[in-house]
Amino acid sequence: MLIQIKDLTKTYQRHNGTINAVDSLSVDINKGSFITITGPSGSGKTTLLLIIGGLLRPTSGRMIYDGNELNLDSDEEMAIFRSNHIGFVMQSFALVPYLTAVENIMIALNVKNKNKAENRNRAIELLKWVGLDDRTTHYPRELSAGQQQRVAIARALANNPDLLLADEPTGNLDPGLSGEILSILSKINKEQKTTVIMVTHSPVAAEYGNVKIHLQEGKLSDHKTMEKVFLS
Amino acid sequence: MRLTDLTLKELWHRKSQLLSGLLAITLGIGVIVGIRSISVVSEKAVAVNLDNLGANILVLPQAASVDNYYAADIDAPTFPEDYVEKIVTSTLPGVDNLSPKLTRRVKFGNESIVLTGILPKSEIASKPIWQQGGLKAEQIIASCAPSTVPKKYADAKLQRKGIDTLANNDCFIGYSVAQRLNLNEGSALTLENRTFNVTKVLPETGTIDDDRVFANLHKVQSLLGTGEQISAIEIMGCCNEITDGLLGKMRNILPDTRITTIGQIVSTQIKTNQLMNKLSLVFLIIILFVGGISIGNYIWANVNERRKEIGILRMIGYQKRHIYNILIMKAVIMGLAGGIAGYILGTIAAVWLGPQFAGIEVNPLYVLLPVSIAISILISVTGSVIPAYMAGKIEPFSNMQED
Repeated sequence: MLIQIKDLTKTYQRHNGTINAVDSLSVDINKGSFITITGPSGSGKTTLLLIIGGLLRPTSGRMIYDGNELNLDSDEEMAIFRSNHIGFVMQSFALVPYLTAVENIMIALNVKNKNKAENRNRAIELLKWVGLDDRTTHYPRELSAGQQQRVAIARALANNPDLLLADEPTGNLDPGLSGEILSILSKINKEQKTTVIMVTHSPVAAEYGNVKIHLQEGKLSDHKTMEKVFLS
Repeated sequence: MRLTDLTLKELWHRKSQLLSGLLAITLGIGVIVGIRSISVVSEKAVAVNLDNLGANILVLPQAASVDNYYAADIDAPTFPEDYVEKIVTSTLPGVDNLSPKLTRRVKFGNESIVLTGILPKSEIASKPIWQQGGLKAEQIIASCAPSTVPKKYADAKLQRKGIDTLANNDCFIGYSVAQRLNLNEGSALTLENRTFNVTKVLPETGTIDDDRVFANLHKVQSLLGTGEQISAIEIMGCCNEITDGLLGKMRNILPDTRITTIGQIVSTQIKTNQLMNKLSLVFLIIILFVGGISIGNYIWANVNERRKEIGILRMIGYQKRHIYNILIMKAVIMGLAGGIAGYILGTIAAVWLGPQFAGIEVNPLYVLLPVSIAISILISVTGSVIPAYMAGKIEPFSNMQED
């Protein structure tokens, strides 16, 4: 078991009342699984992903990672948790515009290793793995959307994460490029045994998952899906 | 890709904003450097001018007044000549060109003139305006003045003792005396039944010295029968030392004397120096506020612009301290650049404007460079503390779109 989520709730205060983005959700996530999370807008998909990735503090609930309970209230502990265990791939690519492809990967490596030469070699190796070894010195604006997303994937893999979180990774890509990116994510899951959790609106993308979660108003929408999630 | 590299890359990426952010601090430091460069030269120029005016400290007998000194009354109080030695051996800093004098009013026919006994070298050295009139003597300059002439004696005591004697029968006469008594160089002047050779008619100074006859102190003492007594010691004191309590120290050495400054002269220099220093201080305070707020505002705008980017860094594992470090490092780099640019700007302005507006030649003051950099970095970092703290509060999901 990689992650156990217990009774997780996230509420937002809005002028017209309290909104439960995630509502008393409990989920177990196995190592090596490829989970896709689907649901309508506002169903809490991204909120759940943010909480799992330690980017957002839940209102209540617990999260146990690899047998250790996480202190979700500690910013610094969660930052270390992210750099050690999590890789992120975002719909907007989330690349730093004034850094080259290789530098965008090196900033992630720099958190754990200060050796510049080693980091550069590792970054080039990762770019090669995603097929961009000829674009190492290109800035994001000089890359296509698909290439930018591949750089983002390479950066997500920089610190050998146990868990790759992807939020609508194909949302800004045309169908052809989407297939490319989804294939890379699938390859990561299968070859590197990295657990992947992907939020998507696309039914096609959702099919890449071996476990599928459908959320509705912050809750799992049916028990059959839950049973699939609880596979150990 | 270290934090330093990241910071430099970001600075270069937004270089136009960097220039506008640096503008206030550069101008501010430039103004301070410019004023300071000019004021240092100006202070030196004032010191030289005051040096030319002569003595600025007067040691009188306890019972005497400054009026006695100028009136040269026949029964004006005196004190022993060896008081000079007491000052000489004290090695007090800021005391130069001691000039002991004995002054009395004497008769010349129906005329009343002031006879002053002097030890000539010190008298001449403390009145460079006389030297310009042709009198040759070792030029000794007050220690506060920027001397271009090496002092003859490295040892302060020896320097003070470097006093020549005036021939017993020679005298110098003031300009007015020469006019009134129709005397020239080479004329004979008989005072108190003793004849003196007029060896020099002093140029007009516009002071009381124009009405005096100067002769050897010891000759005058003998002539007047006062013994080894003098009526005053004129001293060229360094104004900075006077401000730092030189007069009090001298009173400790000569407790039974009245020690005073020649107010107008000293206060002119002190006030000029203080005005310059206050002006620099006022500008410094303004710059601290304006520069700090300007840099703070720039960093704050920069943080807001970089919310997404900071969110990315936080997302991939950067801790708050990393974000603080990035922004403070940026502030230090900006402070460094602003300090150097401000120093260059201020120095160029001072060197260029000094001769045109103040009539003085200004040279670069290299000591101001590290000071400029230090002040600039201090302002920059201080102004960046709050924006950096706020940047640390940016949530790591700031770059993401929520459902």
